[in-house]
Amino acid sequence: MPPRRRAPISAANLRSTQSGEAAASSRPGTTDASKRRRASQSKPAPPPEEPTPVVEEQPQASDEEHSHTSYRHRDPFDALLEPFYYNKGLTDPINTAKDKWNLLPAFLKVKGLVKQHIDSYNYLVEVQLKKIVESSSTIRSDVDHNFYIKFTNIYLGFPRRADEPQDVRADFSESTVAPHECRLRDTTYAAPIQVDFEYVRGRQRVMRKGVAIGRMPVMLRSSKCALANKTPAEMSVLNECPLDPGGYFIVNGTEKVILVQEQLSKNRIIVETDPKKEIVQASVTSSSNERKSKSYIVLKKDKLYVKHNVLSEDIPIVILLKAMGIHTDKEMLLLVAGVDKVYQEDFAINFEEAIKLGIYTQQQALDWIGARIKINRKQSTYRRTHVQEAVEAIASVIISHIEVKNMDFRPKAIYVAHMARRVLMAKNDATLVDDRDYLGNKRLELAGQLLALLFEDLFKKFCFDIKMNIDKVLNKRNRAEAFDAYSVITMHSNHITQGMNRAISTGNWSLKRFRMERAGVTHVLSRLSYLAALGMMTRISSQFEKTRKVSGPRALQPSNFGMLCPADTPEGEACGLVKNLALMTHITTNDEEGPIRNLIFMLGAEDISTVGGKELYGPGCYTISINGTPMALTRRPKFFLNAFRRLRRMGRISEFVSIYINHHQRAVHVATDDGRICRPLVIVDNGKSRVKAHHLEKLRDGTMAFDDFLAQGLVEYLDVNEENDSLIAIYEKDITETTTHLEIEPFTVLGAVAGLIPYPHHNQSPRNTYQCAMGKQAIGAIASNQFLRIDSILYLMVYPQKPMVKSRTIELVKYDQLPAGQNATVAVMSYSGYDIEDALVLNKGSVDRGFGRCQVFKKYVTNLKSYSNGTKDRLSGPQYENDAPIRKHALLESDGLAAVGEQVNAGEVYINKSTPDQSMSSGFASSDPGRPVSYMPTPMTYKLPDPAYIDKVMISVTENENQLVKVLTRQTRRPEVGDKFSSRHGQKGVVGIIADQADMPFTDQGINPDIIMNPHGFPSRMTVGKMLELVAGKAGVLAGHHGYGTCFGGTPVQEASQILIDHGFSYGGKDYLTSGITGEALPFYVFTGPIYYQKLKHMVQDKMHSRARGPRAILTRQPTEGRSRDGGLRLGEMERDCLIAYGTSQLLLERLMISSDRHEIDVCEQCGFMGYLNWCQRCKSSRSVVKMAIPYAAKLLIQELMSMNVTARLKLEDEFPEMKGR
Amino acid sequence: MAEVPSIAIEFVFVHNNTSVIQDEVLAQRLGLIPLKGSVEGINWMRWFKKPTEDDPEGGSTPSDFNTIVLRLDVKCEKNPHAAAGEDDPRKLYKHAHVYARDITFHPVGRQEQFFVGDDAIQPVNPDILIAKLRPGQKIDMELHVIKGIGADHAKFSPVATASYRLLPDIKILRPIVGEDARKFVKCFPAGVIGLEQVTREEASQKGSGYEGHEGEMKAVVRDAFKDTVSRECLRHEEFQGKVKLGRVRDHFIFNVESVGQADSDVLFLESVKVLKLKCARWKRGLVDLAR
Repeated sequence: MPPRRRAPISAANLRSTQSGEAAASSRPGTTDASKRRRASQSKPAPPPEEPTPVVEEQPQASDEEHSHTSYRHRDPFDALLEPFYYNKGLTDPINTAKDKWNLLPAFLKVKGLVKQHIDSYNYLVEVQLKKIVESSSTIRSDVDHNFYIKFTNIYLGFPRRADEPQDVRADFSESTVAPHECRLRDTTYAAPIQVDFEYVRGRQRVMRKGVAIGRMPVMLRSSKCALANKTPAEMSVLNECPLDPGGYFIVNGTEKVILVQEQLSKNRIIVETDPKKEIVQASVTSSSNERKSKSYIVLKKDKLYVKHNVLSEDIPIVILLKAMGIHTDKEMLLLVAGVDKVYQEDFAINFEEAIKLGIYTQQQALDWIGARIKINRKQSTYRRTHVQEAVEAIASVIISHIEVKNMDFRPKAIYVAHMARRVLMAKNDATLVDDRDYLGNKRLELAGQLLALLFEDLFKKFCFDIKMNIDKVLNKRNRAEAFDAYSVITMHSNHITQGMNRAISTGNWSLKRFRMERAGVTHVLSRLSYLAALGMMTRISSQFEKTRKVSGPRALQPSNFGMLCPADTPEGEACGLVKNLALMTHITTNDEEGPIRNLIFMLGAEDISTVGGKELYGPGCYTISINGTPMALTRRPKFFLNAFRRLRRMGRISEFVSIYINHHQRAVHVATDDGRICRPLVIVDNGKSRVKAHHLEKLRDGTMAFDDFLAQGLVEYLDVNEENDSLIAIYEKDITETTTHLEIEPFTVLGAVAGLIPYPHHNQSPRNTYQCAMGKQAIGAIASNQFLRIDSILYLMVYPQKPMVKSRTIELVKYDQLPAGQNATVAVMSYSGYDIEDALVLNKGSVDRGFGRCQVFKKYVTNLKSYSNGTKDRLSGPQYENDAPIRKHALLESDGLAAVGEQVNAGEVYINKSTPDQSMSSGFASSDPGRPVSYMPTPMTYKLPDPAYIDKVMISVTENENQLVKVLTRQTRRPEVGDKFSSRHGQKGVVGIIADQADMPFTDQGINPDIIMNPHGFPSRMTVGKMLELVAGKAGVLAGHHGYGTCFGGTPVQEASQILIDHGFSYGGKDYLTSGITGEALPFYVFTGPIYYQKLKHMVQDKMHSRARGPRAILTRQPTEGRSRDGGLRLGEMERDCLIAYGTSQLLLERLMISSDRHEIDVCEQCGFMGYLNWCQRCKSSRSVVKMAIPYAAKLLIQELMSMNVTARLKLEDEFPEMKGR
Repeated sequence: MAEVPSIAIEFVFVHNNTSVIQDEVLAQRLGLIPLKGSVEGINWMRWFKKPTEDDPEGGSTPSDFNTIVLRLDVKCEKNPHAAAGEDDPRKLYKHAHVYARDITFHPVGRQEQFFVGDDAIQPVNPDILIAKLRPGQKIDMELHVIKGIGADHAKFSPVATASYRLLPDIKILRPIVGEDARKFVKCFPAGVIGLEQVTREEASQKGSGYEGHEGEMKAVVRDAFKDTVSRECLRHEEFQGKVKLGRVRDHFIFNVESVGQADSDVLFLESVKVLKLKCARWKRGLVDLAR
């Protein structure tokens, strides 16, 4: 490794908008985009005067009255914890039924919306990394047996720049790198993975500490991130938004999210049937650190077989059990079927198989199995007998997650017997077949687990590479110096770094070790709006194929209640496969199994391997399984369960360990594994909620936090399986004697995105789903650092407002601090013909005043590359002609970059780059130092038809020392006809007309609506929530507070209506309107009031396109496709059908050939091939060559067919033969 | 009203703007600030013709009779006298907030005669917040004010709200007495419906509906002008058929809320004048049509 030098801190060098007084006179801005610029030189203005001192005095005088608000930065959650809702003070009485929702902000304060990602990453960094390294910590050389490298410890450092030293050394100082710098500089936000290791150098043992073996991307807001435990004020110093959820990575400057992956659980038995093949089978996907495999027990033609990849054919179960040391048939029968006659009958047939094959002893069974094992191991190892082969396979390949210690196959035999029993049970009772779509049978894989797999693979490859390298070096007889393994380790560190970077930036997880090939694991974090980013962090993607037309995995499962959002799923092919977490869910990380196992035995359970089948399935006996593996036996399952739960509630074991009884299987299941979805619930015993008023009071005072509720056993986490075993009351009034738990708040069934819909429980359900898709496209504020960001495209609203009708979720996800929309006064009525089919009428006065105004920022980047011959790209100032810059260089300053604040029009250059001509020629340029390098201009010109302003210019340096130039342009757009707007109820519409304010109807108070919406939008869509939003919003406006439209709650209509009546309005929200056009009263009352409207990102300006003539594609000579290439508008197949049906043959001919790719060819009538220049090369004559016009594409097709040895002859015929004679 | 002229900032020449708020957004905000000044002077001012696409050279040149020049030049600095631990930026820094009062007027030519003293061009409300600054940030721009009409852009509108309504008309068809009368009063804004005692005379009148209710309260319409026509009384069954709500078709109640340049009554008359002019023009057109 080359010595690392400390590069100057090359943080982004932002050019501010300052450009000095002198250059500023040519920067006119007008109040409206339509106004033209005016030369300011001609202005008759007097020289600027000094402002009079009187003006200076004024501000201080009136400042007093504004200064009652404090500017101290506060934790954004503090406000939520303050009980100001319902206008309650600290002294107000607490109603447990109404106020227990206060637990929710308390929960989110400790857990947060993306805590699952961050928790799993922290677990990876703090626990899993060490485990991975422990499992393969020593590298030994095959050459020198004394040599070894042993990794003793591994830890992740704090993020640093790639050009800073990565190893812990004397001059190791804190890095100042912050995430925002990485975004701007297109670098990776990563930290060094450091190891301590000892190795042999010569004859000594050497220890080294803190050596970097690679860099791992750091998840934002994780424990290793620079933002961890920072206050909002400190975050803003780092240019970071305090509201940003974190949980993503920054790789090469792009924000990448590792989506949560949904999978069938590992190491669990799943019983399924195939009715077509009449098969019942139990399968288990075993996953241990070393191996992943799937084993089946299949019931085929009433006989049980074991199926596994390593076995070349299915083997009868009796043989396997025999091989595992279950010697007697009786023992086997009891182990599988117990004393139950039905099962015994079913199982007995299997014995025949073994007898038929003549297998009576363990030795015979092993031999028989060994002969059927696919030998795919390398031939280098010594040959083994069948028996050894079989023992090896049974011990470590089949059902590999059950460890075989000291050749004791008993636990595995019990497991196999258990699987077989499940198959027999399912055969006799179809209801015992497992549901693959049941959420309790699913596990969610998070960033930490995926990265762990990736790291494990890379680390093992790293160790292997080192071993190979060391072997090579040690093989050399006479080395010049003593071999130091340290240099080898540092040499290979790039593999891990690059492997991590590549996987995260491409999203391809291809791990050969686990036969895992997954694409699309990561996605670019959508920054369209704050909610889009948040929605992405809670997204779950399923492993099912999108093309399969099965409804099962897509359907909404009852077990999703409270865990996954019922509304937030995309439409179309991914419908139901991509899901979102609900508000209060948490995903577990792995807990140690050992202590739990000890606990189970301490609670009086018997070890399962000591009991026979008779007791195992005896009456009243319940097996106890840990993570799906039967471990113990109890005769008092309920007592055991309660004792176990009591210990958990006392905090003796992790709160995420779940326990439940499955009475059908007569089993108690304990789960400690990772990826289970769980959520907190209030514990109820003896018909009373454990959370009492005084607890909530303490929560308000701040003397109790959510963790205290957990620790005191008031609240606990339940996973899906345990939830299924509980009776949960939704409201306190529903509690009965048998109730075990109480819901904290019912609106937490919805996720973060669906939570911003007001009154969603009054809407038709698909409308909520539509809004979930649209809320992510709404333009608004995306983050409090939005003006510091340079994104490839960024939409911002100029005056975003928080919604008049809020919901609790809106406050909890802080949508009200980064809103995306405006409260528009809506009149639901018909106005002209420009509002049909969901079109909206906008008030021009409102638009003038700033309604729906938005900004579009676009990024243009270039890299100034340096080439191998020593030349470099360069920037150069404008070209002059007659002492003025040429027209397309008008914006450029002397550094070759456009001036900040200038308007760019199509064709103007904003980065005047030039590339050396001989960039490709290698090395020789330096041999001729006298010759000047000639440059070829490669400028970047502005291409869009609509002008923009230069907002920012950034010059920086990338990780590989190239200069990086980013130019950010800005457009401010006012709404125009065709722009898309939507309310929060899946009601989208485009602007149909922008009417003059004078022509808009007005109420008695003189209120004009901002938007007129056609009433036909209501009956078929049944969005009653929108009407309620209007009424609650109107009441809120009149009374001076926000309305609440929280799901299953919110301001009741009666309350809102009463406020309307009290303020002299009609109770229903309908007003008397006067037409602005005729001046007469409208002969109907109109439903008028505020509704929150979102402007969506689809704007006409980005889509408007037309073409008369223009570029053509090279291959087909047909017009190009798409707006970006100035393409033509396609007359498609269906349009063609219309023209044929209508009979306009000449129009058809013109559209399809003359206006497209008409081509004249010479055809030889003789041979039917095409000639050239009136000459047929085939017939060597020009006698029968005629000219004709065909589409170029047709000519191309003929020639392509010819190129693959298919003749296509053109046979010509006169259509009007009689004409020939004349 | 959309065609009654007023003045507003139309052109903004940005010399320097290092604030967080972008040039165009700032310009739009400035445009919406209502300005006032001598009415006489504003009437004297002439239209500023903007160049059109067909006639790019046809625009008028800015001069004293069509353009008023304002300047906004503020710079935010640290306040050395701020108390330690102060966290209100308005006290911590000078000019942390830019208000409309920071706009200065620079008269040219004859403007010096028209816009003097209190008649100088100035924002109607000096406390309109334009932008927020932090130390080192600066706004320096020249603002050109022209005369325009609200139909062109809402900023030229001389009024905030200008509307009319018809006089509500409440007819009590059948007597409402006693408890019902009290409830009836509550259905209307205060002062619309009053309570009166049923006189002996009324009570003795056969068929009036007041028989036997002497001394009880009856509802009478006091002041229909104050009614907001919430139609609340129609919701209640007991008033069914007893009351009729309506409007007087030729009684217009105008409500003109000036933005501050001219008085509301003047504006009303001005707009009537515009309407009259339009009618006259239309009439002329009719005559031309008839010919």
